[in-house]
Amino acid sequence: MNIPSSIITLLLGIGLTLVSLWYGQNHGLMPVAASEEAGHIDGLFNAMMTISVGLFIIVQGVIVYCAIKFRRKPGELGDGAAIEGNVPLEILWTAIPAAVVLWISIYSFEIYNEMGGFDPSADGMHAMHGMPAGKGSAMAATMDGIPQGSPMIAAMGVGASPANQGKAAAVNVNVLGLQYAWIFTYPEINITSGELHVPVGKEVQLNMNAQDVIHAVWIPQLRLKQDVIPGTPTQLRFTTNKVGTYPLRCAELCGGYHGSMVTQMIVHTPEEYDTWIASQQQSAQAQAEIVKQTIAMTPANLSTGSYLAPYAKEMGVKPEMVKHLHQDHSMGGSIASASR
Amino acid sequence: MTAELTIPTQTSSKDDVVVHHRTWKDYFTFSSDHKVIGIQYFVTGFIFYIIGGLLAEAIRTELATPDADLVDPSTYNSMFTMHGTIMIFLWIVPAGTGAFANYLLPLMIGARDMAFPKLNAVAFWIIPPTGLMLMASFFLGPAQSGWTSYPPLSLLTGKVGEGIWIMSLLLLGTSSILGGINFFTTILKMRIPSMSMMQMPLFCWAMLATSLLMIISTPVLAGALILLSFDLIAGTAFFNPAGGGEPVVYQHMFWFYSHPAVYIMVLPFFGVISEVIPVHCRKPIFGYGAIAYSSMVISFLGLIVWAHHMFTSGTPPWLRMFFMITTMVIAVPTGIKIFGWLATMWGGKITLNSPMLFAMGFISTFVIGGITGVMLAAVPFDIHVHDTYFVVAHLHYVLFGGSVFGIYTGIYHWFPKVTGRHINDTWGKIHFALTYIGFNVTFLPMHVLGLQGMPRRIAMYAPEFQGLNQIITYASYVLAISTVPFLVNAIYCAYKGEPAGNNPWNALTLDWQTTSPPEIENFEVLPVLTTGPYDYGEEEEEEKELTAV
Ligand code: HEM
Ligand SMILES: [Cu+2]
Ligand SMILES: [Cu+2]
Repeated sequence: MNIPSSIITLLLGIGLTLVSLWYGQNHGLMPVAASEEAGHIDGLFNAMMTISVGLFIIVQGVIVYCAIKFRRKPGELGDGAAIEGNVPLEILWTAIPAAVVLWISIYSFEIYNEMGGFDPSADGMHAMHGMPAGKGSAMAATMDGIPQGSPMIAAMGVGASPANQGKAAAVNVNVLGLQYAWIFTYPEINITSGELHVPVGKEVQLNMNAQDVIHAVWIPQLRLKQDVIPGTPTQLRFTTNKVGTYPLRCAELCGGYHGSMVTQMIVHTPEEYDTWIASQQQSAQAQAEIVKQTIAMTPANLSTGSYLAPYAKEMGVKPEMVKHLHQDHSMGGSIASASR
Repeated sequence: MTAELTIPTQTSSKDDVVVHHRTWKDYFTFSSDHKVIGIQYFVTGFIFYIIGGLLAEAIRTELATPDADLVDPSTYNSMFTMHGTIMIFLWIVPAGTGAFANYLLPLMIGARDMAFPKLNAVAFWIIPPTGLMLMASFFLGPAQSGWTSYPPLSLLTGKVGEGIWIMSLLLLGTSSILGGINFFTTILKMRIPSMSMMQMPLFCWAMLATSLLMIISTPVLAGALILLSFDLIAGTAFFNPAGGGEPVVYQHMFWFYSHPAVYIMVLPFFGVISEVIPVHCRKPIFGYGAIAYSSMVISFLGLIVWAHHMFTSGTPPWLRMFFMITTMVIAVPTGIKIFGWLATMWGGKITLNSPMLFAMGFISTFVIGGITGVMLAAVPFDIHVHDTYFVVAHLHYVLFGGSVFGIYTGIYHWFPKVTGRHINDTWGKIHFALTYIGFNVTFLPMHVLGLQGMPRRIAMYAPEFQGLNQIITYASYVLAISTVPFLVNAIYCAYKGEPAGNNPWNALTLDWQTTSPPEIENFEVLPVLTTGPYDYGEEEEEEKELTAV
């Protein structure tokens, strides 16, 4: 029964590696991934999880081991060994973490590129000049159906994946965030909706603007999030690969009802998507009327509550929220009017 | 041979030392004694901690159910705004830099007081009225935009409270800058002549790094807040997009301070842990130089990572990548410290008393905050979890698992020094167990909530998250209750505890080489350094080690 300590260390090392690898792959902590890129991000997370579990077990293990093994027995006197350091060991535990974080950085860099993070149209460099919708008039511009950010106009955020760069997305949606709702406008097909409908497998570009305060679009199943900033256009581009209904939440504190600023992203099959478009366009005529009147009255003078009424039901907005909007809008509206 | 006290001080001949005791009245005066000020800071901070903690429990009670049914949602927003602001600016910063650094620095370097005693008193006395003013704003329409106070939301909601909030932070920032200048000068200029930089206790290195951050970064916060107050009060448009301002610039300025603030809140406790572990393990600190310099490296790197809080904001790709890499690199000096502490414990003769348990708890929980910190630095992953409960979990693992555990470590360790009495160790262990369990059950599940899709700062959430949220809420009650045994124990033992003698831990740093509690000018005769701060350990072992190398 005399197993050499080097063998025990080796076995422990193998055990640790296996446990880390297993948990890193099977933690089940992420929601469904509804795009290929989301799967890649999960891969990055799993890799970091694997390393983390290993480090976690080592640190907690050493603490517990020390507490048991090196605990002072009752009546025991004396000190521990007078070891003041060990330079090779210190170099080792500087070099290994350095190598690990370098590797994670490179891996992240790669994934960020695949996601479209380096799309030149998403670097925001020309954003300040090229915006048709000026600061504060975002609302009016959206409602006129002018595409706010055609692919040529740079807006910060996540752009096209490398294969699609330089091309226009198949579906362009203008997104307007306001306390406490999202309005999605499809300029190409003249539809306005309180929910985001997209066809599966097609590239979608969200051109985003905020009316009042900073909001953020977060679609957990796509692992995508981008702040929506008044006066600074931002964008998200993605291609879904799973039909389904997913939450689209506001993730940046925007006021009292921030928590209920939630709507849905519905990923349709191509046929379903066409049906949805058709059904929307039937009522488009009626909708356009409402919108025209709204614009004529200028949204700044109109309470958001009544302005939103047509969408409120669709978005499942609670009545007390609309009431709340009334009060808040006097301030939100002052932003819009101040810039005129 | 065991390490015995080899420093000749006058304290051994007790009779000729006239120990002046402070009376309770002294603590309500504009005293310039660094020890009085240290205690003033701590008690003030702890009172605010209780207020901030009660707010946290109110937040958790609201979150027990998915609906916003306890308070009005905007009141909820004010509650976490207050909670965050109080915890950071009125508890951790005053307790870490104010209380510990003030009390310990002069003692550790053999000085009779701080470099600027009057300034020190000014820095402290700014805090109580400012704290009260901030509390008062709760009844005047409090700020609702989080402790980050991003415009334009901060310009539109709770305007009166927002004005008071800005004013309060400017004052607290001023206090912090004054403190920083004082610590920096004291460490560099007030050491006894025989103590070189490399013979300073590691707490002094940690405070040197901290004070640099306080001096360099706090003025930038002041700048941001002054401009924000112009936007708020005078209707200018530095940050207000309605007039063409840039809200993102505010975020840069805010985080230029507030990331270093994280290190202002945790570096002092890295110092505390480096002091406590060698004493209770009876071993020299492992790698003094590495731990000392890593504080300075953390402090420098801490200044160039701020935009990792803005990966989903209006931040261009190259900036996202730059800040990802700098943030990742901070893991290296932090790892050096953690491994150094573990190696110090390894092979020691560990006394598992309350200070040591809290120190081990510190490493155990802080490492989780560190790990999630590296994860958050990875831009593609952060884009998913930014502004979610994953971040709430991370920040509490750093600020509670780090700072608060560090505070308790320090309190149990230096209690005999400050009061001359022992604090009851059994109750200390009960306190530790309740805190450790309550803390982990409260905050560990929050990681899952964030990954699954629950944003932070929300009063109402999707029903699917209710199960975990209820567990968290109950655990947070345990965490709150864990404070009670500590408070009772500490107050009781301060008056009735067993007398501890001057140096119950047989520690070697100078703070232990005077009476407990220390006399008014700290040392009857200034001590002369004859041993390093951590020269513990069996000599024979050392020789063996030397021949082995
Ligand atoms: C009793 C223990 C504590 C509990 C149960 C607790 C709970 C919480 C919760 C649930 C939130 C999230 C609020 C939200 O996003 O809606 C929060 C935020 C926060 N907490 Fe704590 N907390 C505790 C102690 C601390 C401590 C010791 C600190 C130390 C500095 C701290 C600092 C913060 C900060 C900075 C925020 C962010 C506030 C904001 O979003 O503006 N907390 N806390
Ligand atoms: Cu929101
Ligand atoms: Cu930071």
